Amino acid sequence: METWMKVASALFLGIMVWRLWPAANHWMKNGPKGSKKEWQGAAFLLLGVVGFVILLIMMVR
Amino acid sequence: MDNYGQVATGRESALATNKVLRNTYILLSMSLIFSGAMAALAMSMQVSQGMALGSIIAAFVLVWLVLPRFENSSMGIVVVFAFTGLMGFSIGPMLSHYLAIPNGGNTVMTALGGTGVIFLGLSAYVLTTRKDFSFMGGFLFVGLLVILGAAILNIFFSVPAFSLAISAGVILLMSGFILFDTSRIIHGGETNYIRATVGLYLNIHNLFVHLLHILGAFSGDD
Repeated sequence: METWMKVASALFLGIMVWRLWPAANHWMKNGPKGSKKEWQGAAFLLLGVVGFVILLIMMVR
Repeated sequence: MDNYGQVATGRESALATNKVLRNTYILLSMSLIFSGAMAALAMSMQVSQGMALGSIIAAFVLVWLVLPRFENSSMGIVVVFAFTGLMGFSIGPMLSHYLAIPNGGNTVMTALGGTGVIFLGLSAYVLTTRKDFSFMGGFLFVGLLVILGAAILNIFFSVPAFSLAISAGVILLMSGFILFDTSRIIHGGETNYIRATVGLYLNIHNLFVHLLHILGAFSGDD
């Protein structure tokens, strides 16, 4: 990647961080807190995604 | 009489939620088709990486500066198509790269199918169980900021293993955002189908791009 593209990409991602910061702050402070059971349910689903991606990797190898 | 009022209000609320959901999925499916067509156009034009980067930046300028003005009018739909078209156009060079290498077509199709299965599976889970995943909001947004910070560092250091770790993180985050965004639509947290479409489109787009990156790396093509 050329230097100007690296700088432009980094600037763009930096602006994205700056734009997302208020939303992240809002959800951290005011967002509802999940119970242990709710987090376990979400983690189970995400683990399912991990397993599926591993399966896809094995398919293309 | 009070009970009747509550039932009527509840029914109106459910109808409004279903309308948002239906409009979101209709607009999302049309914009995904358009996005795919724009990606094909970019491949046939053999656009450069610089042009692809310009396309992504233009797409986000539209979402940040133009969409908020039109999100409550029919012009918002035009902005959504412009945004998704530019995003589709931006992945043209990446698709050309993968399709040019042996077995690349298989990798691209696997990534496409995998993205579809993950999106449909997670969406179906939220829609059938009607569970509320809004508690994931703080975790997902902070995770996104961490991933963006890591991506900025990796632009300059270009460590392949770190790049794969970022892609794995993005896949998990986008999966979480699919649960979060869909749950927000069905629980009335998002009442604007244009904003909802843009959110879900970004989840699918990022999921596909990073799944392709991981599959490309592990298939020995990247």
